[in-house]
Order: sequence, then structure tokens, then C-alpha cells
Amino acid sequence: MSDALTRIHNHIMWNRLIAVVEEEAQALIRTAFSTSVREAGDLAAAVFDRQGRMLAQAITGTPGHINSVAECVKHFLAKYPIDTMVPGDVLLTNDPWLASGHHNDITLVTPFFFKGRAVGLVANTCHVVDIGGRGFTPDSRQIYEEGLDIPILHLYRAGVLNETLIEIIRMNVREANQVVGDIFAFAGGNEVGAQRMVDMMSEFGIDDLGDLAEFIIESSRAATIKRIAALPNGTYHNSVTMDGYEHPITLQAAVTISDDAILVDYAGTSKPSTYGINVVLNYTKAYTTYGIKCVVAPDIPNNAGSMEPLQVTAPEDCILNVQRPAPVALRHIIGHLLPDTVIGALHPVLPGGALAESSSALANLQLRGGSSVAGDYAGEVVEFEMMHFNNGGMGARPAKDGLSATGFPNGVRGVPVEATEAIAPVVFLRKELRQDSGGAGKYRGGLGQDIELMGTDGMPFDVLAQYEKVDNPAFGRDGGGAGLPTRVELGSGTRLRGKGQQAIPPGDSFYLGLPGGGGHGNPFDRDPARVAEDVAGDYVSLEAARDLYGVVIVDGEVDEAATANLRSTPPTQG
Amino acid sequence: MTTRIAVDIGGTFTDVALERGDDLFAAKTLTTHDAPERGVVNGIAEVLDVAGTAAGDVTQVIYGTTLATNLLIERKGSPTGLLTTRGFRDSVEMRNENRYEQYDVNIDLPAPLVPRRLRRPITERVDARGRILTALNEDDVADAAQRLREADVQAVAIGFLHSYVNAVHEIRAGEILAGLLPDVEISLSSEVSPEMREFERLSTACANAYVQPLMSRHLDGLEVELERIGLRCPLHLMLSGGGLTTLATARRFPVRLVESGPAGGAIFAGSIARQLGYGDVLSYDMGGTTAKICLIQNGHPQTSRSFEVARMYRFMRGSGLPLRIPVIEMVEIGAGGGSIAHLDAMGRIAVGPESAGSDPGPVAYGLGGSAPTVTDADVVLGKIDPDNFADGRMPLDASAAAEALLRVVGAPLGLDAMNSALGVAEIVDENMSNAARVHTVESGQRVETKTMIAFGGAAPLHAARLAEKLSIRRVVIPPGAGIGSAIGFLRAPVAYEVTRTYHQQLSSLDADGVNALLDAMRAEATPIVLAGAPGHDVQESRLAYMRYIGQGHEVGVELPISIEAAVVDGTSPAAFLAAYEGEYERLYGRSIPGVDVEILSWVLTVSTGVPAVALQASVASTETRVPAGTRGVMDAESGAVVQAGLYTRTQLSAGDRVEGPAIIVEANTSTLVTSSFTATIAESGHIIMEARDE
Repeated sequence: MSDALTRIHNHIMWNRLIAVVEEEAQALIRTAFSTSVREAGDLAAAVFDRQGRMLAQAITGTPGHINSVAECVKHFLAKYPIDTMVPGDVLLTNDPWLASGHHNDITLVTPFFFKGRAVGLVANTCHVVDIGGRGFTPDSRQIYEEGLDIPILHLYRAGVLNETLIEIIRMNVREANQVVGDIFAFAGGNEVGAQRMVDMMSEFGIDDLGDLAEFIIESSRAATIKRIAALPNGTYHNSVTMDGYEHPITLQAAVTISDDAILVDYAGTSKPSTYGINVVLNYTKAYTTYGIKCVVAPDIPNNAGSMEPLQVTAPEDCILNVQRPAPVALRHIIGHLLPDTVIGALHPVLPGGALAESSSALANLQLRGGSSVAGDYAGEVVEFEMMHFNNGGMGARPAKDGLSATGFPNGVRGVPVEATEAIAPVVFLRKELRQDSGGAGKYRGGLGQDIELMGTDGMPFDVLAQYEKVDNPAFGRDGGGAGLPTRVELGSGTRLRGKGQQAIPPGDSFYLGLPGGGGHGNPFDRDPARVAEDVAGDYVSLEAARDLYGVVIVDGEVDEAATANLRSTPPTQG
Repeated sequence: MTTRIAVDIGGTFTDVALERGDDLFAAKTLTTHDAPERGVVNGIAEVLDVAGTAAGDVTQVIYGTTLATNLLIERKGSPTGLLTTRGFRDSVEMRNENRYEQYDVNIDLPAPLVPRRLRRPITERVDARGRILTALNEDDVADAAQRLREADVQAVAIGFLHSYVNAVHEIRAGEILAGLLPDVEISLSSEVSPEMREFERLSTACANAYVQPLMSRHLDGLEVELERIGLRCPLHLMLSGGGLTTLATARRFPVRLVESGPAGGAIFAGSIARQLGYGDVLSYDMGGTTAKICLIQNGHPQTSRSFEVARMYRFMRGSGLPLRIPVIEMVEIGAGGGSIAHLDAMGRIAVGPESAGSDPGPVAYGLGGSAPTVTDADVVLGKIDPDNFADGRMPLDASAAAEALLRVVGAPLGLDAMNSALGVAEIVDENMSNAARVHTVESGQRVETKTMIAFGGAAPLHAARLAEKLSIRRVVIPPGAGIGSAIGFLRAPVAYEVTRTYHQQLSSLDADGVNALLDAMRAEATPIVLAGAPGHDVQESRLAYMRYIGQGHEVGVELPISIEAAVVDGTSPAAFLAAYEGEYERLYGRSIPGVDVEILSWVLTVSTGVPAVALQASVASTETRVPAGTRGVMDAESGAVVQAGLYTRTQLSAGDRVEGPAIIVEANTSTLVTSSFTATIAESGHIIMEARDE
């Protein structure tokens, strides 16, 4: 075969790898029970070489899983070296420290064989509906309360199912049929990926992935380093304060750019929490590298080569690198703030600057109703547990408004009100954009939402609150204002805590005001016509237009003289 | 004798086909964007002239158009208002609350068709079971009407929560609006798309309202124009779902006309599949900008209930406006003859989705294009004869194409022009084969057992290589492929599909409720079909969309109840479960015991039979034809240039055999027969390529 054709084949096979893992991801989504997998694509699917280096990942997936699975395959190979594996083997684990940071995520690894030799592995990480323990809540004090912990084990050994393991899982989780169904779905997904890899190797006439792996990893590493080299060397700092559970948490990042690497060091970050919001290092790395990629090299595919120049360290005694037996179930609450933390540090050196802070942490409506919470309520009581995903606003971009009610960094889709009301005994009173919640700026932050709901016919229920940014809003950049913070209240007006299980009394409603994203640039520089449009659409109130943007609007029209007058004095906020 | 005319208005050309008995005549005219009716009339006049037929002899006109699609893509519809339940006016703006692209933080989301100031909240509330929690506040509707009148809206959509269960508030609000705004078109979400999930339902209702004033005007104008030139026969419209309907229905639900052209293409392929007796088919349509792939079983193109129009970001899922309407399911990717080749940040060859289109077009056209395209690669590879393109009316500049490829691809990668072109062609073929493979697997089918039917200007150049990549062993290149969609319109049945959401669990199925629902759906669909096909026998199909409780995606299952006794009874749950498990196993390999099954939506389709197609006897290949000459062409499999025999399609006749490598040239394209295929010419002129045994 000519040298030119070999090189062209490498380009083609790279495309093929991405299609193979995407096929695997789609198979998972279509067969999964887990809400977050099927509604949110909360998964990762990837292919690895013999050394456990990730070559390609599915386009569908969430950052927390994608970058964690990349790290985790090496642990499988350390326990079961590749040449000890045989066709029909499937391995799995949900060890938070080896994989993606909490027990609900199960990682499956399947080797594939060509001409009698193990030539690579496919893997996926997916969230299952339940894993036992206390359930999906931050209230545990130790990992042992957070359900079943599965070390790296065989699910199948040479094609024979590990029945013992399945029986143990069945006995330890709620919704056993769904969880076990999911695990088989994940194995089926890997099987599709493995078969496609073998087909590709035979089509292109290659006996191993060595040359292809070098080509992928080297070109991706070089492309990433080229982007890093375009940034000025130096160490840049940023600190983000978040609500935490029992006390505020400081995330402290020092980001050092050298010629060929970016190193993020989290020294100075707060100590672990005594509740389940702690983060293992794998997950810290996942969201940190995701944040850097978004602003430095968004178009370069994720693989071992593009990730190698992005390095992350955190002291062993901090909340971003906790050790057993710390509880970790809701580690995403902190993980979702890491991109804003590193992007904030890089902001001064990025051409045009970086996007402002976003609402960040996913705001789930995790509700529980029934006899355990109804007390002496006389009306009809229905047992239910429901989760409804919602997103606040995204930070303003350097030359664009932030996206409203859109997650960043999470990629989780919202759920239709009609779908939730069809399966749970609740009625939403409103779910609408929250006026004035986007941080003011030349470019406005995305708006959060006003959400209010009650039990059917006034039935009481509990909320398992897991909300951030109650005390610490999303800040703006370059003179842009902060978004409105989260509000958690009873419909009757009483404030509720941001985190933990709390009661919504009979006849009352639960109100959740989701935060807006920060603004970008001085609000006085915003085109008055755009402020007038925002007012016409009720995105911004007349008062905010005047007080924050210095724009006076009369009968829908900009009063130019009054506006010029207001804007000649400095803004009151920003 | 019947004489039928089909018209397909596309972005560039208006295609017209006339069928009289067994004879088919074609005309192609430029689309007249300012008044599309004019292009239609011009095209019809031309085809009548070619066929020597009088307008008065025409018995049916079938019409399909991209006009509704273009209004949505170009945002040129009418100012539209939306009434929603108070507290929920942003569902069309908040969409699914996610970013369709993970790493690009600068993406835009499609703006709603109705801006927020024209989305007016109305106090009212119905719950998920259809109970009225809050009565409709009629004063709110009147206030909204006032506000919308001041804003000069020409159409209003009404979309209240749970209206798919109980539409009484939408209907009443519509009556009030009609009284107050008599000149405004009104679309109820409960009529346009009566399905659960407020974002998708309201998005569909808004799209319907948004295109309705202009589509009504256009259809009225068309009716007048056709009558003026003496066509007094019935006029039927092609729907996105593959059926025909009447003008009256099209005026009410113009959103169902979206993508009727591609639907016609799929039906065209389906009719060829039936004619040739191929049950398991993949249709492949490659034009200047995109390639579309559709799966066809036993002559029936695969259908779906949802679709996304006007994708704004690399044809990416999630970047368009969702429409929940019956559609023929296709995957569309940015791979066409005009797709531009470049190197990405890693120095990899990448093709599309940006396209040079027809203006400036590929470099080889010499019309000012400087970016190398797929067509340029095809010229350099020898697949297209530069001197005989478009019957020699448009000589191509092969050396300019080679230079552009060298500059963009060859120089940075150290490849010569031929290998640069090979890289570009291989990447675009790989992208298409990946899309076809993923789509086939998602549908629970195997790709390698299918027959490919390829049409559209660029498809014959790429079909054989695509088939090699997919291990497909038979490829059909039909004649008349340039007006395939219009021919497809002539093969479509009159049909109407009704969808309802009605939640049921198999363990507690309410047979009376289901029967009443199916009766109501039948009563809605049947008159619409009979209006378009008076006196015809109609047939009915019924699908239930089912899933295991806890899952998020439903599987469409044909209901196992007989046509004669179309009722659900006590034995049905077991039969439904068996049918569901069978379909689930076909799709995913195994079913899941012990989990109850729920039904979310019901679909009932009434249609006239698909027009019969006589099965064509296969022709024994009689004679291997000797080429008129040879030309060097790149063989992608081996990476070497081989000498391909040259043939002219019009000079080949039924039974002729052509051994690959060969090129069969026709007016607007060429068919590449690669070294692994042998082509035969079928009775009605199809080129049928069969893989040779190795």
C-alpha cells in the first residue's frame, strides 16, 4: 500500500472511530432506563488502545463522565493486564475514586480481539437510577451510606455472566429491574462498539491500532500545544466562593501556562465537607480540563493526546481531592463550578476575554411525597419520588448575550412540565424566564427561571434541596453585573435553606428562583435599542433599564436625551 | 386514459413530470421566487408542449414545494402571536434547556418564531388528566387580541398546557379570537400536533401559524393560475409524511408540507424497489449541498413523528426548530457535490458542511469559486469527463480544480493532486457511510443486506464506493433521477395520519377508552382522505408508541388487531405485549422481563392503496458491451489509477452488461462502476450494479 494511501486511511479511520463510539452512545441512550442517561445524555462512550490511552469519545456525553472514563481504563488494566483478558470478558466498577466520582455511575470495559490478540478496549460510563443507600441526596456523612460499592470485577468472564454479582446488585438497589436492565444495556453498547472496531480493522487491513493511535494522539497533542503556545506564559489566579452545605467553600485555582502545558493547582481550596458534596480528583480533573478546552481548544477532539498537556493537581486534604470514607454522592454541585473557576483565571490572557460566570450547578427538583412526609394530612396521599431537571442562565459571552435557561457546564436537558405532571402528583404554577435575573452588561447574562409548583389538590411533600448560588451569585466580567442569586421559598413567603430535605406544608407551594448568568462589559455600553427590546419582551424591567443600563424608555421608545444624561454619570453597579 | 402532472418546486429548479399511460415526460424550469405560481405555470406549459397534451385532458395535478421550508429557514413568514397558559409563555424560548454543542460556548439557539412580547399569557389551567383546574379567563383573551391587533399580527397560535387531553380552552379561545380578529389565521396546538411535550407541540403550532398566511395566499394563487391555463382537474398536495392531501387540508396545516420534495424522492425510490422486487432498500440522494439517506422496507419508506427544520449549526441535531408532524424519516448530512474541503486544526482532511452551492460553485466550473469541492475532487479523480459535462455545454477546468486541491490539501500534507482528491472523496464517502450505518443500526436493521437506490446529481459518482464501504452488494441508478421527487409524487397514495396522546398502562388497559379514541381518529382522517379520493377504498394502519415504564424513548408497534374487527378487548394486553416485545427484540436484541409497559401515543393512518406497480421481470444480461474508449480513474480501494471503460447511457439498452471499472456518462452526471461491480441495464433503463464475487 502506498504511503499516501496509508496516511489517507489514518484520516478516515479517525473519523470512523468517532462514528463507532457515537453508535455505541446512541445504542445506550435508546435502551437506558436512567433518566439522566436518556434525557440528558449523561454518559460517556470511548475507545482505547492496548495501553489504555483514549483514542476517541462519542460526541454525545457530559464532561464529568467523558474525562473521567479517560482516566479510569488504566485502573482496569492495572488490575487485569490486557493479555490476561479473553474474548467475552466484560469488566465493571463504580468505585468513585477509580471512575467518575460517585456510586451511581457504572463504568464498563470490554476488550476487543483481532487475530487472536487483544488490540484495544471500549468503555462507557453511565448513571443508573439507584444504587441503594440513602438515595440521591447530600445528607450522608460517609461513603458507606451512599449505597453499593463495586470494585473492578468481571460482569462476564469469557462470555459467562457473573450471576453472583447480579444477585448482589438486585438485593441492594431500589428499582432492581431498571438498574440491572441498564447494566445489560451498557454491556450491549460496548458489544456494538467492539464489533465495529474489529470490522474496521479488517476493512483497512491493519493488525493493531499502534500507528493509528500514534497519529491520533500526536496530532491532537500538537494541535493543543499550538493553542497553548499562543497564550502568554505565567501563573494566573482565581478564587470562587460557593455556598457549600454547612459553610461556604472557597475554590482557589492557580493556572500556570508554560510553552507546552497548562497546569491547574487547587492549593488553598477549602477542606472537605462533612456532607456528600465532596469531589474525587478524577472528577476534579474532568471538569477542570473541560473548562480549559472550552476556551482554549474547543474544536480539538478529546483523546489522550489533547488531554495530556492539561494537568490538574489538588492537595490530598482538600474538597477537590477527598479520600475514603468521605461522602461524594452530589459531587456535581462543586464540579459544575470548576469551569467558571479556571475560565476566570484565564480570562485576562484570552483574546477577547472569557464568558462570565454561569448559574453552573444543575438545579434538580428532587421531590418526595407519601406517608413518610405527609404527617396527619387528611387528603389523599400518593407515594412518589420525582426528579425534574432545570437550568439557570449562562454567563454573557465576550460578544454575545448569555443563553437563558441553558446549562453550562452541564449539558443536561430540561424535562417538559407536561411529562412530569403526567407521572407525578404535582401541578406547576409557573415555569418562566425570571425578569432582571441576567447580570447587566454590554452583553447581558442569560436569564434564570421562576418555577413554582404544588402537590395535586394541595398534598404536602418534601423537597430534597440541592441548590447553589443562594448567597454567591454568578459574577460578571469587565464591568458586567452579577446575575440574580437563587431563591428558595415557600409560596407563602418563608425562606427555605439551599440544601437539605425540607417540608412543603399542605396547600402551600414551593418556589425556586433560578439564578441568572453574569453580564459582560459595562452596561452603559449596551446599545439602548437592545435595552428597549429587552424591556419590550419583559426580560428587563423599566426600572432596571434605567438604574442598571442608564436607559430611559418612554412608551416603548428610548428617550435619547434622558439616556445620555443618565449615562454621563457612572453606573450604580458593575 | 389518465394524464397526471406532478410539480416539485425546489430552491433552484421547478421540476415537472407528466405521465400519460405508460409514457413519462419531464420539464425543468427555474424557480421564480417572487411568485412561485408563475414557475409552476411555465413548467406545466412546457411539459404539456413536450407531451403534446391539452390542458383540458389532464386528470390530476400533484404539487409539492419547499416554500414552507424556506419561509422557516429564511424567517420570512408572517408576524405571529402566541397565546399560552399564564406562567408558561417561554416554553418555545427555553426549549430543552441545553446546548447542542458541548464545547463551543459561543453557539446561538434558534430564536422562537414568536417574540416574547407577542406571546400573551392567558389565565386558564387543565391538568394532565384533562380536569379543568382554572376556568378560561375570556377577558384575558380579549386583551391579548387587542395587543396582537396593535402589533399587526397576521396569524396566532394557541398552545395551552395539556390541550392534547382536553382542548376545550384552546377551542373557546380560538372562537373568541376569530370573532375579534376576523382576518387572522388561527392554529390550535391541539389540532396541529395533539401530543404531549409543550415545547415541541407549541413549536409546531407556531410554525404552522407562521407560514399559514403566505402559504394560503400562494395556494389560492396557484389554484387561480391553474384554472386560468385550463387545468380544472383536482389539485393534490404532497405531505412530508409521504401521502397526498387536498387543498383545504393543506391550507389548515401548511406545516405538513415541509420537506415534501425529499419525501417525493423517497417514494420514488420506494416505487423502484417495488418495480424491481427489492424488499430491503436504502435510498441515497446526493445533491449539491447535502446527502439524504432513507430506509425503505417492502416499498415503504420509514416514517417518523418528529423532525427538525432549519438546523443552524452544521446540520446538528438540536440546532433547529422541532416539528412534531408525520414525516418520512431521513438523515441529512452536509455532503454534496459543492461541499468544501479543508484541513481542520489537527491537519485532518475535512469536507463540508459549508458548500459552494451553484454560485460560485466548484472551482472547475470557472464561475469564480476558489475553494476546492467534492466535485473538483471527482473531476481530478477522472470520474467526471471535463470535456463532456452537461453534454459538453459546460467545459470544466480540471487543472484549476487540481491546483485548488493541491493548495488547500496537498501542499500541507505532502500529497499530490490525485491523492489529495482521493483523500477528499474518501472522507466524504466515509462521512456518508458512517451516517448510513448509524442510522441503520438505530433502526434495528443491517445495512449490508440492503439494495441501494441512488439518485440526485452527485449520487451516481459516489454510489459504488459508498456501497463498497457499507458492504452493500447491489446498487440501482434509475433513469429520470434528476426529477425523482416529481416522479415520486405520482406514486404517492392519498393519505392522512392522525396522532393522539392517550396514556395507558398495559396492566390496566381501558379497552373502551382506546376504542373510542381510535374511532375518533378514524372519523377525523377518513373524510380528509375521501375528499381527495372520492369513491376509493381506503385502508387503515394503527401504531401505538410503547415503552417500558421508566424508559424515555418509545417504540412504534403496529397494533395486532384485525382490520375487520378493529377493536381492543380483554385479550389485547397480552397481544400488545407480545407485539411490543417482538419489536423491542428486533431493535435491541432482547426484551426486559418483569417491567410493565405503557403506551403514550397512538397513530392512525387512513390511505388509499399505494398505486400498483407491475413487477418487472429481471433481464438476463445478454451482451457485454465494449467501451467506446477508456479514461484513467482512481480506484479508491487500491489507491491506484486504473483504465475505466467509457459508455454513454443513452446508447445502452436493456440486457447490456458493463464490467467495472467503467464510467457511464449521461447529460448531467456520470455513473462510476468501480472495479468490484458489474452493471447491467434493466428493462426500464435502470443501471443495476452487482458486486462481483471475489
